[in-house]
Amino acid sequence: MTQSRLHVPHPPARPGEKPDFSYLEIPPAGRAARPDTLASALEIEQLGTGMVRVLDEHGQAVGPWNPHLEPEELQVALRHMLLTRRFDERMQRMQRQGRISFYMKSTGEEAVAVAQAMALQPGDMLFPSYRTQGLFIVRGKSLVDLMCQCLSNTRDMCRGRQMPIMYHWAEGNIFSISGNLATQFPQAVGWAMAAAIKGEDRIASSWIGEGASAEADFHHALTFAAVYQAPVILNVVNNQWAISSFQGFAGGERRTFAQRGPGYGIPGVRVDGNDFLAVHAVTRWAAERARARGGPTLIEHVTYRAAAHSTSDDPSRYRPKEEWQAWPLGDPITRLKEHLIGLGEWSEERHAALEKELEAHVTACWKEAITYGTLSEGPTLDPVSMFEDVFHEMPQHLKRQREELRRLLAEQHAAAQAAAAEG
Amino acid sequence: MAQMNMVQAINSALDVMLGRDPRVVVFGEDVGYFGGVFRCTDGLQRKYGEHRVLDTPIAEGGIVAAAIGMGVNGLRPVAEIQFADYIYPAFDQIVSELARLRYRTAGDFCAPVTIRTPCGGGIRGGQTHSQSPEGVFTHVCGLKVVMPSNPYDAKGLLISSIENEDPVVFFEPKRIYNGPFDGDPHKPAVPWSTHPKGEVPEGHYAIPIGKAEIVRPGKDATLLTYGTMVHVAEAAVRLVGVDAEIIDVRTMVPLDVDTLCTSVCKTGRCVIVHEATRFSGFGAELSATVQEECFWHLEAPIQRVTGWDTPYPHAFEWDYFPGPARIAAALRGVMEAR
Repeated sequence: MTQSRLHVPHPPARPGEKPDFSYLEIPPAGRAARPDTLASALEIEQLGTGMVRVLDEHGQAVGPWNPHLEPEELQVALRHMLLTRRFDERMQRMQRQGRISFYMKSTGEEAVAVAQAMALQPGDMLFPSYRTQGLFIVRGKSLVDLMCQCLSNTRDMCRGRQMPIMYHWAEGNIFSISGNLATQFPQAVGWAMAAAIKGEDRIASSWIGEGASAEADFHHALTFAAVYQAPVILNVVNNQWAISSFQGFAGGERRTFAQRGPGYGIPGVRVDGNDFLAVHAVTRWAAERARARGGPTLIEHVTYRAAAHSTSDDPSRYRPKEEWQAWPLGDPITRLKEHLIGLGEWSEERHAALEKELEAHVTACWKEAITYGTLSEGPTLDPVSMFEDVFHEMPQHLKRQREELRRLLAEQHAAAQAAAAEG
Repeated sequence: MAQMNMVQAINSALDVMLGRDPRVVVFGEDVGYFGGVFRCTDGLQRKYGEHRVLDTPIAEGGIVAAAIGMGVNGLRPVAEIQFADYIYPAFDQIVSELARLRYRTAGDFCAPVTIRTPCGGGIRGGQTHSQSPEGVFTHVCGLKVVMPSNPYDAKGLLISSIENEDPVVFFEPKRIYNGPFDGDPHKPAVPWSTHPKGEVPEGHYAIPIGKAEIVRPGKDATLLTYGTMVHVAEAAVRLVGVDAEIIDVRTMVPLDVDTLCTSVCKTGRCVIVHEATRFSGFGAELSATVQEECFWHLEAPIQRVTGWDTPYPHAFEWDYFPGPARIAAALRGVMEAR
């Protein structure tokens, strides 16, 4: 008699062990074929098992997916990625100094958001996850605005109602970030359905991590997208880790995340997420497909979460410290930089100068942002504003509660003044 | 004026809004070609086409999520959840997303979604086709919650819900889709044509959200109720022969505290009736509000008559349902207290 036993997935290495990415098959750059944008999902199933890669180990762009971008565009991309990284580092430090309550870095994954935002049209609607800050940077949201949100200060776009990093930008066509994972995935499909109902040529794109692909929202998104052939790009950013759970806990041991697409009749494309050119090319392919009534595409970006999940996380408790150094797909910024140098369009000197310039920019932005207040120092938002925007028009019960709080604050203020006068 | 039952009145509201506002889209399970399992969307897809009236996959979470995305993209989605009992897979999208989108983005994004869903028992539906989960949603900040008790209100309130800038959960008491029900399952069914509120204008009209209605004026006691129970309460009042004021709450959020409490301050006695379970039910909110606002006018403890705190049992439906006898007993109770 055989007794049933659970298969409990184990990551290849835990703290103190040697990093091991042998589970990851990495085909050479340039090998994947680039099919017609209207090819059927089943015809191109192999795109979900291989990996679209353009930059080879010498930093050369090779193969049919090479997007042939102008060097100027690549220089802009490098700037966006570097700015994202500098911004992340500054905000992490500010959290450590107690100036903001929380932060989440995107280190090692910058190519995903930056390449995709650059490959899409400004009118396309983006439904971000919490680790795609590069979208805001590419679309031109000022760092001061992002910092003010993290500070919950008087210029906070969310008026003090959301934790740091839960940005949104209506004018920039970037939706609000939710702390509830994957909810934005089917919402993006609904947005894209509306675009199709209205007969527009705008498309939607959304991002989740591989861990969140286990949520029912993932299934809802793919089902609705497939049924209505919605013009949407659904991105799973497989950064190997969902806090302490490695990608096997989302089902990554059995199939790639891209392979789930063809099960729904949606093309699944697996791409080297640290290869700016490959991500850009795949996104443009999916966008062309969506705009040509070819329907949705599921893209899996293979990357690595180099930083902690958040400032509240300590990855040394669950994975080897050296994993990032051992990550076989490298650092997206270094790879694009080397490519540009190889083209004769960049140099170490220019790179150092850019780093310095961006660092100064981030510093200046921070200095400005804190003039609008921090969590501990004024100016501060008026607490009674918390009752606004629950509804379009404030109902009676909220007006009453607002008056109650107003009275309470006035009493506290009077008591504090009296104490100071006595003091 | 036309004679309409509640199904026809809801259909008419959707028809009017689809015709008036190109942003309105109607969708849900079996809603399109077939016209809905309760026929509320009958003929609408034929009239407005497949891009305005859509069938959806059986995925309530997906339906509400898609509605949110459509709302963000400028449409006015009216999503049907086939039974209120099936709404729970959409709970996260309703509570964490739909209800709070305006708040969390400081007004930069919103989704004016209306969720229509049939609720309530008395149809031999057992525990998966009989629930009244309104109290689950009244507890969520940012949602408006509505339940009409007759065809005229159903149409006017549904039009208001669709025109409203906020998300609305619109409960349709399915026991009274075809006629008012006084709580006696053994009597022959009565059609809406016998009831004044079965007279429904064919065109556009709106009943404001947030307004209760005094269904029966009276001076001796106040009955606060909504949905199917409005008609059951009327039967109970006839049974007891007391001059009770019956108030149809109609909108749970926002609540018309003035109308409710003016009545209780006048009568000094209050019975709260709903079909939903009692513990932490919406009646508890009504009771607390009445106590806070009317305490010095009260002549008797407030009484609640509700479904028992059990799942809705299939075989014991009429023992479970808070019928006229239980309401009558509560009425007598508040009248006798002194």
